[in-house]
Amino acid sequence: MTTKKTRKKTREVMQTQQPKVRVHNFDEVALGYTEEQAVAEAERCLNCKKKPCSNGCPVGVDIPGFIELIREKDFLGAAKKIKESNNLPAICGRVCPQEEQCEKNCILGKKGEPLAIGRLERFVADRERECGVEMPPLPEPQDKKVAVVGSGPAGLTVAADLAKLGYGVTMFEALHDPGGVLIYGIPQFRLPKEIVKGEIDYIQGLGVDLKVDSLIGRIQSVDELLADGYDAIFIGTGAGLPNFMDIPGENLNGVYSANEFLTRTNLMKAYQFPEYDTPIKVGKRTAVIGGGNVAMDSARCALRLGAKEVYIIYRRSEKEMPARAEEIEHAVEEGVKLKLLCAPTRIIGEDGWVKALECINFELGEADESGRRRPVPIKGSEFIMEMDTVVMAIGNSPNPLISQTTPDLKTGWRGVLVADPETGLTTKPGVYAGGDIVTGAATVISAMGAGKKAAAAIDRYLKGDS
Amino acid sequence: MYRIIEKKDLSSTIKLMRIAAPEIAKKAQAGQFVILRIHNHGERIPMTIADYDRVQGTITIVFQVVGKSTEELATLKEGDSILNFLGPLGQPSEIKNYGKAVCIGGGVGVAPIYPIARSLHEAGNKVISIIGARNDKMLFYKEEMNSVSEHLHIVTDDGSRGKQGLVTDILCDLLESGEQIDLVFAIGPVPMMRAVAELTRGYGIKTFVSLNPIMVDGTGMCGGCRVSVGETSKFACIDGPDFDAHQVDFDQLLERQKMYCQEEQDSKEHWHQCNCRG
Repeated sequence: MTTKKTRKKTREVMQTQQPKVRVHNFDEVALGYTEEQAVAEAERCLNCKKKPCSNGCPVGVDIPGFIELIREKDFLGAAKKIKESNNLPAICGRVCPQEEQCEKNCILGKKGEPLAIGRLERFVADRERECGVEMPPLPEPQDKKVAVVGSGPAGLTVAADLAKLGYGVTMFEALHDPGGVLIYGIPQFRLPKEIVKGEIDYIQGLGVDLKVDSLIGRIQSVDELLADGYDAIFIGTGAGLPNFMDIPGENLNGVYSANEFLTRTNLMKAYQFPEYDTPIKVGKRTAVIGGGNVAMDSARCALRLGAKEVYIIYRRSEKEMPARAEEIEHAVEEGVKLKLLCAPTRIIGEDGWVKALECINFELGEADESGRRRPVPIKGSEFIMEMDTVVMAIGNSPNPLISQTTPDLKTGWRGVLVADPETGLTTKPGVYAGGDIVTGAATVISAMGAGKKAAAAIDRYLKGDS
Repeated sequence: MYRIIEKKDLSSTIKLMRIAAPEIAKKAQAGQFVILRIHNHGERIPMTIADYDRVQGTITIVFQVVGKSTEELATLKEGDSILNFLGPLGQPSEIKNYGKAVCIGGGVGVAPIYPIARSLHEAGNKVISIIGARNDKMLFYKEEMNSVSEHLHIVTDDGSRGKQGLVTDILCDLLESGEQIDLVFAIGPVPMMRAVAELTRGYGIKTFVSLNPIMVDGTGMCGGCRVSVGETSKFACIDGPDFDAHQVDFDQLLERQKMYCQEEQDSKEHWHQCNCRG
């Protein structure tokens, strides 16, 4: 392993579990770089002055800065450098769509493969965790208190940033474990829960007080939190309400929302039933409706839970699928079959259980407002597929509880909270919001980006600057 | 952790637990529920709130031992703790002065009907209550129900207490007697609630039932608890648990409750084996 003068055009290959093996376990698929690989990959960085990569990062990580430290083999220094702006590097290194963000802007990508920034971020974060995370020095505590509602990516980011500034932060989580979608949604084989726990331990180590089993809107309203002495509130409650298609047969046994399917599997560990008490039902044939990352996660969980045939049913073509290319590739490698340009029209039942799915074929017409070609149903093309389980992965809407119980919070389309995109300030003074509750379902990192802006705005607000 | 302050056997299979949860007790209202998890490997169990004490800061739950989780919960003693206790969840019951209200509780459903009957009574309603059980030994909350009712009717399947028959027999008599009834509230096994709904439909009497479908999170996230109500699908956890009985598709609800029959059996057997070994 010597440094070559000419830069390699291709990135270091990350080892993964073989598809035939991994489809029978919930262990992590991607195995990460070795130290040699990380250094060799870091050697490819051009260290551009203008840092186009950092400009593509929603939380503005100093990417060339941490890459340089990897080159110098100062891995812990590299981790600290990332944590200056990103509190959850082990998570982002695994689930960020880097190809759409930092890596998309990498100059190396013009003539070859862009630098594997995500993999390097993951490497240093994992190395730091193995060595024992060193806590940053905490500032003098401030006398102002902030309540953070929801402990997903947005809430965790706000909590960490404000704790680092010395504010007293209490984070409220409705479920029994913190992490939001990181814990209930994204499966173990893509994001091990021990990793999430490690990152949350770090945030609690910063002094954040975590209250689980606390559903704001029921146990306390936003107004009661304000009356209780919180000087500002951040709402990061996500898009938790699953959408259904409103087709006949959706309430048959064997039909799940992706949220339920993934929550049973990941949060409740149904894949270890009966060691864990929560069951899940997966027959021989499973259909997952939708083409996003959640659909891929559901399909891959179904395989691991023992389904023999798993179909992704998506009404557009593969090109339009919102899932990351890597996720589609992993799913297909594992045996998931893509059934494109078709959608279910009804679910056929027998004795209360799913028996089959009736689908109709589509063709692509003119581009719609999203710029993607609109799928048009082909008359008379209906066909029937025998099925035991159907998982609806067609998106989520915001949970209305907070807006219903806080009269002066304005809501928009599908119940999202209206908030200033630059500060997260809602229509209620002192109350900020960010992540999926504002944008509708999006990515982990965009929620973190919104959290970062909101934390800065809350800091300014509490100092009386704005 | 949430400590069990009091535990009582209401019958050989029906247990009452009073649990210290001051924040929930402060907010709980009739008709709402909690979700509890006994330990780290436990499932999330929804339970309707049977009572709340704002001064003592406790929530009372009443449950029947049917599966693995309730069997395990029943092994806990006063002073033991439960790992997770989330609530109050769901919409509170619509309490106001309707006039004359009939409150019906069947089996373990007598527990959640009690705070509703009490609230209706406090709101100025004349409350007539009907409670039923398989036999006298399975009957509980007679005193409590009596204290909030103008009349309390008791029925048992075997006639060992009160009248022999079903709660709907009494309801039928009341309806046929021509008595003016403004509201019926029924909680119990699904077939009982369905029978009540069928009876009152013809009389056009507003009828509420409280549903307990299978659910996971209880906060609107999983949609596992969806029930067909009229033309639409509702989530019992956030839209309910109370619904207009005349709109509910009870047959579908019955089917959905059977979804994990096999797994419930497996889980119980697994637990018994582990306990024998351990």
